Amino acid sequence: MKVRLDEMHAADGSVREHYRVYDEWLRRQPPELMRARREEAEMIFRRVGITFAVYGAKDEDGAGTERLIPFDLIPRVIPGREWAEMQAGLAQRVTALNRFIHDVYHEQAILRAGVVPADQVLNNAQFRKEMMGVAVPGDIYSHISGIDIVRAPDLGDPGSGQARTYVLEDNLRVPSGVSYMLENRKMTMRLFPELFSMHRVEPVAHYPDLLLDTLREVAPAGVNEPAVVVLTPGMYNSAYFEHAFLAQQMGVELVEGQDLFVKDGFVYMRTTQGPRRVDVVYRRVDDDFLDPRAFRSDSALGCAGLLDVYRAGNITLCNAIGTGIADDKSIYPYVPKMIEFYLGEKPILNNVPTWLCREADDLKYVLDHLGELVVKEVHGAGGYGMLVGPAASKAEIEDFRRVLLAQPANYIAQPTLSLSSCPTFVDAGIAPRHIDLRPYVLSSGKGVRTVPGGLTRVALKEGSLVVNSSQGGGTKDTWVLE
Amino acid sequence: MLSRTADHLYWMSRYMERAENTARMLDVNYQTSLLPQGADSAEQGWRGMLSISELTGLYGQGHAQVDARGVMDFMVSDEDNLSSIWNCLRAARENARAVRGALTTEVWETTNQTWLEFNRLLKGGEFERDPGALFEWVKFRSHLSRGVTVGTMLQDEALYFLRIGTFLERADNTARLLDVKFQALAGGDFFGGPDKAEQELDFYHWSAILRSVSGFEIYRKVYRNVIVPEKVAELLTLRPDMPRSLAACMNEVVANLDLVANAQSAETRRRAGRLQSDLRYGRIDEILATGLHAYLTQFLDRVNDVGAGIGRDFLVPVAA
Repeated sequence: MKVRLDEMHAADGSVREHYRVYDEWLRRQPPELMRARREEAEMIFRRVGITFAVYGAKDEDGAGTERLIPFDLIPRVIPGREWAEMQAGLAQRVTALNRFIHDVYHEQAILRAGVVPADQVLNNAQFRKEMMGVAVPGDIYSHISGIDIVRAPDLGDPGSGQARTYVLEDNLRVPSGVSYMLENRKMTMRLFPELFSMHRVEPVAHYPDLLLDTLREVAPAGVNEPAVVVLTPGMYNSAYFEHAFLAQQMGVELVEGQDLFVKDGFVYMRTTQGPRRVDVVYRRVDDDFLDPRAFRSDSALGCAGLLDVYRAGNITLCNAIGTGIADDKSIYPYVPKMIEFYLGEKPILNNVPTWLCREADDLKYVLDHLGELVVKEVHGAGGYGMLVGPAASKAEIEDFRRVLLAQPANYIAQPTLSLSSCPTFVDAGIAPRHIDLRPYVLSSGKGVRTVPGGLTRVALKEGSLVVNSSQGGGTKDTWVLE
Repeated sequence: MLSRTADHLYWMSRYMERAENTARMLDVNYQTSLLPQGADSAEQGWRGMLSISELTGLYGQGHAQVDARGVMDFMVSDEDNLSSIWNCLRAARENARAVRGALTTEVWETTNQTWLEFNRLLKGGEFERDPGALFEWVKFRSHLSRGVTVGTMLQDEALYFLRIGTFLERADNTARLLDVKFQALAGGDFFGGPDKAEQELDFYHWSAILRSVSGFEIYRKVYRNVIVPEKVAELLTLRPDMPRSLAACMNEVVANLDLVANAQSAETRRRAGRLQSDLRYGRIDEILATGLHAYLTQFLDRVNDVGAGIGRDFLVPVAA
């Protein structure tokens, strides 16, 4: 029998303690009022322009290619003690990941010790040989990390009814979504101010301040008043709203590649008053597009010569080039060992058991159990190119078997986690939907910072486990209660 | 400030101002066409409308005849006409979106809301039902946009480039309006005919021009007299206290140019200043003696030249 885990209701249907006040309040709200609030939220999101671009689509309002990510009114609530444990686990995990990246691009102690197989790292497409021996401020590579966390019944003991916290994946390149975390909170406070006098909800609005502190702290040595910029691919990028939002909230320039140029070993931006030096770039552009001279020569999104300036230590890129080596799905299974190797600690957050299809034994197991497993592409993202065994038809499974056999090294497999659910407004009323959580972890070398909670994503389709916005996912406000 | 940011700000306010002026001209024509004696002059007005915006050719490609509905649709909602209000509001919004971080939340939301709401009005049939109400709405959204800008933006470069865009566009639009409306009378007697019917026609013609720039009441207040063409021309060119006159616009352009001056902008500043001085020390009888049309044609060229200079000095990223 499938074990279900709901964040609001216990197995016997009673309301969990941390949702008690909210549940009482919700029962008092007339359905029409909640519907009206839902419409109001949508109208406000449109006016504020919190939209993401969809290529080749045109919506009926003539708003062209912009869509809203559905916002659900019912918050996801996390008890303070649960968060405290997550927070400690996040700091531990991200610290180890940063140590790992530094190690990979310097001594490679972990490879020599045989803890992580050297060929997995050195032959990985995400390994950037250009970064070998390059010193970065504070030895920090992933300044902004998005760690995807789910809660699910204990895989080791499914019958126990105990929930455990699992890390689904690490995002160490350009994790997005933090603006939704901030806007969702603003929206809930605007729609239901009374809820905040009934609950002590940990605030999140200071995230841009923490981000700016982090970016300033990793400026090149000797720069006292660093000029920080946010680098965006431009207004047609799906996360453009977020880029503009963060730049504005931090009070720094939002630049595109065409605004930057390299001269005499430094990066400058073109301003109305002439060139001005740039010291720290919070870049929302992938490695491949950063410097047409070093990487993809057809990229118009980057700045020619940037890599040389970076290697010389005259500019800081956040995140660093080459962090992909640590968030690759084929490296993921080794993260608990990294924590032990670098920190000598036991991992606080659990990894999901993972089979690497490149290993013959693992592949055999996966092929025998395709109907129960989730199989993912090693380099896939956005919920594409994956098989959710229990939800797939026989034909889909057989199709996938062929794809998998053609290139086994491209895939990993994990048991299907029964992600926890949270009550959610759907057309038919309130119903449970599966959720995950992406907290954002900031690292500067002077410490690890988080704001309580993160972005909760919800799979709006009944039974669906895929929370990605490109696949019909929505978001919720996330409350950590003091 | 980034050159690209300044560029978007400048064009954002230009497009918003253009949308307003288009709405103003359409509104006056539409109101005129409702008057019994206005039918002829209204049709002339619709032609004039197209020639003001240099769109007679494009319009002709899709329309057999020039009439109220055709021209209004073309100038309001036609997606292929880059000067339609629809396209102006879209461009204003796209430019704002590109630099929303450089705008206050209020300015961005006003611009975005204008665009969303305008589409809703078009779709809801508001424009067919009551064109006058839609024109009025566009005008007020532009007022709101300017008010929110001045009322919430930090007084720094971002604001100055927005202001430069607004007033350069307005100078251009007022000059075009004047030129077309005075040319419309070029066939007849420029200073009105002796008989009563013609005088009446003239009254509506000139008062329409004045109303299109919110200048009817101002005219009465300034001149305390009947409406005569040379005074209308003077009000809209030389009076520095008339907010839509050429002189007032150039005063604002020059004042804001001074605030953003950089190492290479001296020549543009000189040319703008010279244009401003010509208006400050000009006399309407001299202008009329050399010909208003010639004067306005030259003015438009010089405004265009100042615009190009601003583009060169501030907006186009200078090569490394």
